[in-house]
Amino acid sequence: MEFAVSILLSGISLGGQLALIAIGYTMVYGILRLINFAHGDLFMVSGLMMIYLVTWIPLYLAIPVVLILAVMLGFCIERVAYRPLRGAPRMSVMISAIGVSYLLQNTATYVTGGQPMNYPSIPFLSDTLVIRIAENFTITTKWVTVVTPVLVVVLVVVLTQLIHHTKIGMAMRAVAKDFEASQLMGIKIDHIISVTFIIGSALAAIGSMLYFSNYPYITPTAGAMPGLKAFVAAVFGGIGSIPGAVIGAFLIGICETVIKGSSWSVFSDAFTFALLIIILAAKPTGLFGEKATDKV
Amino acid sequence: MTGQKKDKRGAMLGLCFAVLLLVLVVVLENTLKPTEMMFTVLKKGAVYSLVAVSMNLLNGFTGLFSLGQAGFMLLGAYTYAILTVPTGVRDSVYYLYGGSSVRFSLQEMFGALFGNSGVGGGVSLVLGVLLALILAGCVAAFFAWLIGLPVLRLKSDYLAIATLGFAEIIRAVFQWDVLGPVTNGANMIKSFPTFTSFNITNAQGVVILRLSTFVPFFVAIVCIAIIVMLINSSYGRAFKAIREDEIAAEAMGINLAKHKQLSFCISAFFAGIGGAMFAMYAANAQAKVFTSAMTYEILLIVVIGGIGSISGSCIATFLYVACSEGWLRFLDTEMVLDNGVQVPFLRNGFRMVVFSVVIMIVVLFFRRGMMGNRELSDLIFRKPGKQKRRAGGGHG
Repeated sequence: MEFAVSILLSGISLGGQLALIAIGYTMVYGILRLINFAHGDLFMVSGLMMIYLVTWIPLYLAIPVVLILAVMLGFCIERVAYRPLRGAPRMSVMISAIGVSYLLQNTATYVTGGQPMNYPSIPFLSDTLVIRIAENFTITTKWVTVVTPVLVVVLVVVLTQLIHHTKIGMAMRAVAKDFEASQLMGIKIDHIISVTFIIGSALAAIGSMLYFSNYPYITPTAGAMPGLKAFVAAVFGGIGSIPGAVIGAFLIGICETVIKGSSWSVFSDAFTFALLIIILAAKPTGLFGEKATDKV
Repeated sequence: MTGQKKDKRGAMLGLCFAVLLLVLVVVLENTLKPTEMMFTVLKKGAVYSLVAVSMNLLNGFTGLFSLGQAGFMLLGAYTYAILTVPTGVRDSVYYLYGGSSVRFSLQEMFGALFGNSGVGGGVSLVLGVLLALILAGCVAAFFAWLIGLPVLRLKSDYLAIATLGFAEIIRAVFQWDVLGPVTNGANMIKSFPTFTSFNITNAQGVVILRLSTFVPFFVAIVCIAIIVMLINSSYGRAFKAIREDEIAAEAMGINLAKHKQLSFCISAFFAGIGGAMFAMYAANAQAKVFTSAMTYEILLIVVIGGIGSISGSCIATFLYVACSEGWLRFLDTEMVLDNGVQVPFLRNGFRMVVFSVVIMIVVLFFRRGMMGNRELSDLIFRKPGKQKRRAGGGHG
């Protein structure tokens, strides 16, 4: 029982962390129709930035600086690698995304020397928390496990408010619906896309702080897997839908943790992709996705 | 008419070029020191160029953006390895699982027919390896067919991510303990015949004729020739029609599902053979090598060479392999100049950074790659009018 509850807890926590990455994917895909392969690597790079920054400046400063740097990196990636290809076929943009991901991973390998790096323990998040439910029923976990889902819910509420009740949110929805029509309506597309990347990168940076607090170290390829899983979560929830992405992420997080705890642990990654193939075959639009019709 | 003539000239040129290349490889290997760096590059280049061309068939000629190549290579590598480990060493290779559940090896089966030593041994080795390579391709193609049923209905990026996922699933399955007696779990399978097994030795075990570089070249050239012939056939024209416009192709009477499935399976078949050759090159088969990073590597080679150009893929492969194995190695070692100043940035891993920057430059500014969608023969028998028209029909 204790085991089950603690597995469920860490599953929810993992799901929350994936959700933060998945939101970035789903927003970018909703607008650009691009799988931003570099998003997972951005997540890894913000983890590495944290490691290097803590050695120079105190932690309470490092957190906002990491956020700002991650946002700048996300902005630059869009500016340099995706914007010049705006009118190009989708395949070229995707190849560019893979190229950026390759560049980020190789740069990370170069900087770290390929060694796994220890993530600094952030006070409070890394502290142990003992939940006492009954006399002989205690669960020991880290604060981050409890903080993550709460933070995710708060952020999602804020984001949906932003998207549904502000001018920029309205513009985002318009761009996602129809690129050219919204351009004709006077929306600055490049500006909106930049904002999307900024929001996505900031969420990825927050996600990386929460995620790596649970893991002992970062390797240059640490971002690829969570990135792909987050994408699967976004597809599961219906690409373009933020609540969908969050639900998908929680589901994948919980399932994966359960599988990891069982004797089928080799298949923890494979499960996610099997889920993806099943969903794409059965309901390609995902849980909350809108059905797109092809006009000839 | 002229097009047909040109095709013929191109084919003749290709044939001459291939024969010349094979002769050159044999001569080089038997005159130079066999430990020379060049031979590693040549072998790996031959293997990779086959895989790159197979990926190009799918991505460049049919317009299906698939990222499953590493998965198909894995299937091919394991099929080859499982079928050719000699029975004598099976117990030591599969020691963790108390021996293998596959109790034969193809070359020994042929050995029973032709004898195991001398010329008969050679014949049975060649036949066994050949059969294993073909089976490797067939297994990969079969799995491609299976996965193609649900996945090929998907559009561009969904297809990419689904095939990528498929490759990851395959990788997990092959590392599964329960399948250990067949796949050796997470451990590598080794001791099967590699390229060096093809060196001809005399009775004393002294090498008379080295063929270890000739073999991968030969197999790769034959496979690439088959792919080229396929592309020039009516099937190839159907693939290209699908690439240009699916709806228009369908309206012209091309069965989309059938042709996509065909292209997917053929691509997987040759990727499987490529994977088997990769196992021969590396002298082991191990699931953890065939990651998505490998697929990306091959995709980037295809992009550098030009999506839709077979010769471009081949040239880019050899350039890429030569750079990564040899020419750019100096970037990875620290260097101190004569005046005692250390050259900045040179450190382990810098090579790959330079590499990825070059790739990004190609992707962003030279989107058509080295060759665009032209072939070498187009460049040699240049026809200005035709050239212009082709350049106009740009696609990713």
